Amino acid sequence: MRRYLTHRLLSALFVLVGVSFVVFLALHLAPGDPAQVLLGPMATPAELGNLRAQLGLDRPMIVQYGRWAARAAQGDLGRSIMLRRPVLPELARRFRATLILAGGALVLAFPAGILLGVLAATRPGSPVDRLSQVVAMVGISMPAFWVGLLLIIGFSVQLGWLPGTGMYSPAGDGGAGDLLAHLVLPAVTLSLVPLAIVSRLTRSSMLDVIAQDYVRTARAKGASEPRVIGWHAFRNTLVALVTVLGLQVGYLLAGAVYVETVFAWPGVGFMMVNAILTRDFPLVQGGVLLIATTYVMINLATDLLYAVVDPRVRHVH
Amino acid sequence: MSTEASAPPAPARRRGRWRAVGALIVALVALAAALAPALPLADPNRTQPSGRLAPPLSPGHPLGSDHLGRDLLSRVVWGARVSLVVGVLATLLAMLAGTAVGLVTGFYGGLTDHVAMRGIDLVMAFPYILLAMLLVAALGPGLVNAMLAVAVVNVSFYARGVRAAVLLLREQEFVEAARAVGSTEGRILRRHILPGIAGPILVFVSMNIGVMITESAGLSFIGLGAQPPTADWGTMLADGRQFITVAAHVAAIPGLAIFLLVLGCNLLGDGLRDALDPRLR
Repeated sequence: MRRYLTHRLLSALFVLVGVSFVVFLALHLAPGDPAQVLLGPMATPAELGNLRAQLGLDRPMIVQYGRWAARAAQGDLGRSIMLRRPVLPELARRFRATLILAGGALVLAFPAGILLGVLAATRPGSPVDRLSQVVAMVGISMPAFWVGLLLIIGFSVQLGWLPGTGMYSPAGDGGAGDLLAHLVLPAVTLSLVPLAIVSRLTRSSMLDVIAQDYVRTARAKGASEPRVIGWHAFRNTLVALVTVLGLQVGYLLAGAVYVETVFAWPGVGFMMVNAILTRDFPLVQGGVLLIATTYVMINLATDLLYAVVDPRVRHVH
Repeated sequence: MSTEASAPPAPARRRGRWRAVGALIVALVALAAALAPALPLADPNRTQPSGRLAPPLSPGHPLGSDHLGRDLLSRVVWGARVSLVVGVLATLLAMLAGTAVGLVTGFYGGLTDHVAMRGIDLVMAFPYILLAMLLVAALGPGLVNAMLAVAVVNVSFYARGVRAAVLLLREQEFVEAARAVGSTEGRILRRHILPGIAGPILVFVSMNIGVMITESAGLSFIGLGAQPPTADWGTMLADGRQFITVAAHVAAIPGLAIFLLVLGCNLLGDGLRDALDPRLR
């Protein structure tokens, strides 16, 4: 276990350093000059030169990376060029919004997906089974940005039941009820893909497990059907579900970008789209770094959880 | 043989029917896209300020018109060309590059394999939508760059899959036999390994095209892909967004087009997988 742990931690560290370099390199090589963007087309060469020196853009690339990485490791991600504010507090505020959205989607997708998958697997060929397959197929084929718009058209514009943009009402008290009302539509939109994937995975791994000898044994010794399914069979689909949970949290954090754009949800994705369009490099770097780091950490946690759930993993290299 | 014994079981029959539906959708969209210049359609970019936001079934505009009075049916048909070309090209690019990497690393192993796999670990450390956005940020927004970004992000999936398949095939007896009779490494790769992985690659390609189409439309939707006035489903949706309170169809219709095409691709891909890989049934 110790060797496995060390191995996993070291490789996660390697990946993080690599990720930070890729993030830095990608935007360093990008065309477009932030100084030019900031000062506009009327700027004189001298003004541009001054601002570049002030922002450190005139230094050699590897020096810029070193300085940036060292500061980033201490939590200093620089200042947003457009907002003229430090990146980190802005990111933290945005990340909170993205986490709330992803959390909402997760809470909807996993229980519903697991329930649908279990019901389908225990009644193969039944209407529930067919429904689960339709949900899976339709869920992965519908673009999230379209579903979001349809929900806004239906529930906000036509029916007027739920708000369709933002996280709080401008005139509201900023309370939990207001937040929850704003969360419903985006969370439902974001939950569709994971719902499809979780129900499909639960169904197929339950079908595999139910066909195994020990399930037949449990039935033969007289265990009730709920006990066979809930206790014996379902527990063995958990390993697969843990893996997909890790992957889906990563999807939710990054895939939220479309949903955030549609619903003007003030999250990291929405912020990054605007930052890319305005070439606000520090903000883009910070956003990508934050999401990628979170993703690496979640994968690490998943692997470690895996080792706890399934002892065989600890000995495999 | 009785008819009961020869007829496939109900689920298989149903699956066959859905595969046919998928094939039909994809064929119709491809046909419309290919024939777009010959079809009796309005110019997709001709604006007509007097006929703005016409509802569906208006005279002259079967699907209505957008905020500049452009014909939506025409734009949807021309948009199919963009979506199909981008989806197919991005998939081909990812497949070719990924297969090459997977073949070389899996077959020869050694230092190349080690370095390439660490690189792929690194690429896969990013949620792939994020990496595509980062690449577009680096290359600059645009349809070609969005397509390249979506392709690059998917290379690692192909490379990993092909490498794993090659590792299994490499140890098979028929490869050893080929080597024993004096086949060169190149010949073994071409004649013995490549045919063995063609099926799984084809299955993955068919499942991948739908994802590629959604992703490139998504990048266009957030303004990082196709730029106006290109008739692209993603940009059309983004344009229509501003008018959902007065003319919801302007945004709903291009989204429906994306959904139908991707659904068709996925149904077809599922069917192809069932046909080529009986173990997954």
